Amino acid sequence: MLRRQFLKAASLVTSSLLALSYPFKAFAEWNKKAFSTDDQDEAIREYYPGLELKEDKNIVLNVRSEIENGAVVPIEIKSDLPNITSISIFVKLNPNPLICSFKLSPQCKGIAATRIKMEAPSEVMGVIESNGKLYFNKTFVKVAEGGCS
Amino acid sequence: MSGIRIRTRLRDDVVEVRSILRHPMETGFRVNKETSEPIPAHYIQTITITHNDNVVMECDWSRAVSKNPYLAFEFSGAKKGDKVILTWIDNLGLSETSETII
Repeated sequence: MLRRQFLKAASLVTSSLLALSYPFKAFAEWNKKAFSTDDQDEAIREYYPGLELKEDKNIVLNVRSEIENGAVVPIEIKSDLPNITSISIFVKLNPNPLICSFKLSPQCKGIAATRIKMEAPSEVMGVIESNGKLYFNKTFVKVAEGGCS
Repeated sequence: MSGIRIRTRLRDDVVEVRSILRHPMETGFRVNKETSEPIPAHYIQTITITHNDNVVMECDWSRAVSKNPYLAFEFSGAKKGDKVILTWIDNLGLSETSETII
């Protein structure tokens, strides 16, 4: 047990040191306001200030429409829009609708995938920032068992 | 031992990066059933992924990303032997870094 604790502590220390020693620019500040609100429109406004949302049905949201366990909802978002700088996921009825955002460099393709938690059946929205404009597509996902608590 | 697993697959000059991070991603909503104490929120907030020292992707995450998170994305301009480094930082200030060679 002691050995295990020691190894755990040691690995934490090494990994923190590794992270500190990297010469990259500091992480952009995590947008607390956008992540804390319970209102989807406000979350979008806070995360993408000044940008107007337009619907784009060509954005692909790969997510099943019925999910048994809301703790693990696989989702993939794809788009052929030019110069995509970010892909974000919003779940309207989650306690905090802004789930995650992927900020893409020009090298990146317009695709991102992850697994998210959903508290209840809800509209799920994929938002793409392309050429400084915001586009979204949405779909409804039924969840049998909430995954937030 | 690292809690980060990174897999890369190269097709022409496009590399698909898939990763699984070991992390509890606690929402802060859960309660310990034995003690009735709330389990404090503990989740990854930011991730940076670099390709040969250039940032290719950064993430802003909330507590609503699933436990032991999975992430996947693709970027171009890569070749065999290039280095990909992933670093995450969570809400408690803990972090972890791992690198892989394409």
